[in-house]
Amino acid sequence: MSDIYRVACAAGFSGDRVDVAKPLVDELIKLGGPSCIIFESLAERTLALAQLERRQNESLGYEPLLAEMVEPILVDCIMNGIPIIGNFGAANPMAAAKCIAGIAKQKNLPNLRIAIVQGDDISAPEFRDLIEKSLSDEDLKLLSKSTLVSANVYLGAREIAESLSAGAQIVITGRVADPALTVGPLMMHFKKSWNDWNFLGAATMAGHLLECGAQVTGGYFADPGIKEVSNLANVGFPFIEFEENGNFCITKPVNSGGIVNRMTVTEQLLYELHDPAQYLTPDVIADISQVEIYEGELDKVSLSHIVGHERPPTLKANICIDGGWLAEAEISYAGHHADERAQLAAQIIQERLSDTLKLRIDFIGSSSIFSSDDGQGPKRITQKGFEDIRLRVAATHQTKAVANRVCREVTALYTCGPAGGGGVRTSIRSRLNTLVCYLPRESINTSFEFFSEI
Amino acid sequence: MTGRSIPLYQLAHARSGDKGNRSNISVIAFRAEDFPLLLRELTVERVAEHFRFRNPGLIQRFVLPQIFAMNFVIDDVLDGGVNLSLNLDAHGKSLSYYLLAMEININNQ
Repeated sequence: MSDIYRVACAAGFSGDRVDVAKPLVDELIKLGGPSCIIFESLAERTLALAQLERRQNESLGYEPLLAEMVEPILVDCIMNGIPIIGNFGAANPMAAAKCIAGIAKQKNLPNLRIAIVQGDDISAPEFRDLIEKSLSDEDLKLLSKSTLVSANVYLGAREIAESLSAGAQIVITGRVADPALTVGPLMMHFKKSWNDWNFLGAATMAGHLLECGAQVTGGYFADPGIKEVSNLANVGFPFIEFEENGNFCITKPVNSGGIVNRMTVTEQLLYELHDPAQYLTPDVIADISQVEIYEGELDKVSLSHIVGHERPPTLKANICIDGGWLAEAEISYAGHHADERAQLAAQIIQERLSDTLKLRIDFIGSSSIFSSDDGQGPKRITQKGFEDIRLRVAATHQTKAVANRVCREVTALYTCGPAGGGGVRTSIRSRLNTLVCYLPRESINTSFEFFSEI
Repeated sequence: MTGRSIPLYQLAHARSGDKGNRSNISVIAFRAEDFPLLLRELTVERVAEHFRFRNPGLIQRFVLPQIFAMNFVIDDVLDGGVNLSLNLDAHGKSLSYYLLAMEININNQ
């Protein structure tokens, strides 16, 4: 039998289900052979939020669900030699390591080898010059008028692979390219060269398919009567079986819910992709322009003919800045003339606020999310006799008190607006704005170290 | 030409993703034999017209015939995207279903 390495993915975002890792680990143990489990829990702005949390409390700033994610599988993974790899370190990988070491102690697992990958965080003042030189003029202006919240480079897979080779049982990262969580262990296992572009390309796309968790196993896919998915409430999370030649298949635990077929895999393969021949990552430019997809046995799909090209000379960085305040407020109108009354309410809000704020107004039930911010888009004419419109008003402003006028004016519709409005809800929260820049690879120093209590 | 048409959702499925102010929408034929029809009818020009009210910029279509799929990359269609848009769906996740509502001419086969 050929050499197969399995990578399972137990989270596709921060806040994903925490009861999915155990069935994956059970399946990996049952199947035998070398494997690892990854957690991808760091969306674009998750890290900025974590950075804000860390400023409040130096022992926080990592994935809030970390303990709940790792605790159910830690003993089984350590006992069976299954490394756990995650970007759940977020803005504070060291504190995340401390959290896992604490769980290990409770479970009588002494001296875990926990590796921490470093180098992604460039929010320190010494990087400011480098960042400013790499931003567009427009973004530079935005940065100068705002406050920097977080700045992180997307690191590649190398430190993950090297820490695993050095015996890491847990690898904790902050910002890495999502596929790097998969590419790292595959490079460790198959010991390929870092310029084996075709292997890196295939490994990257395997990671791309895994990184959103259930989005490849029937999640975000079902459409009753058209695309049926059974037992979605217990959807199984994915794992890949990767071969030395770069071919791989994707599947999920036997008897779990969901579905893996040509359709789920094709949707996820193209998810957030632009030119299929040029998927840029720190390790390789992956190319799926010639990809072949085969449905095999039940819930198992194979992919081949994925290639790669030399990695880009720059690394992508996300710069998160303070984006002012977002205020949202809603009120419902139901029954006879609901739409007319909602339209009148919108007109009142416009008259009261449009001098100060650029408003977006939705008529939920008739027209909302398809429309542009300035209100262009398809409208459904509500049926007489069953009308139910929820008016939503949204605006942003740098000053909280100004943004908050949206909440106050919509609330005032209770007594000052059209007849029969009800169910006001308001929210105001700070907003983050993300700037993107590309930095010369040489300007970023990356490394890993093993966590020690002292 | 009689102009007989059917909605795209009878021929294909789709998924949207976002990066900044750019949306990508994959369109995948249910049946391989319908892919040439999609290639002919689901052009960049028609997609631009369909999304005109959201003021798209550059639209690119990438074609993967061996998996009966195409990928539309639509710039500037998200009112600034998740950073700036006031839309409840700032990511444009629902836009795949707006594209699937497009009427496809099925004559001249």
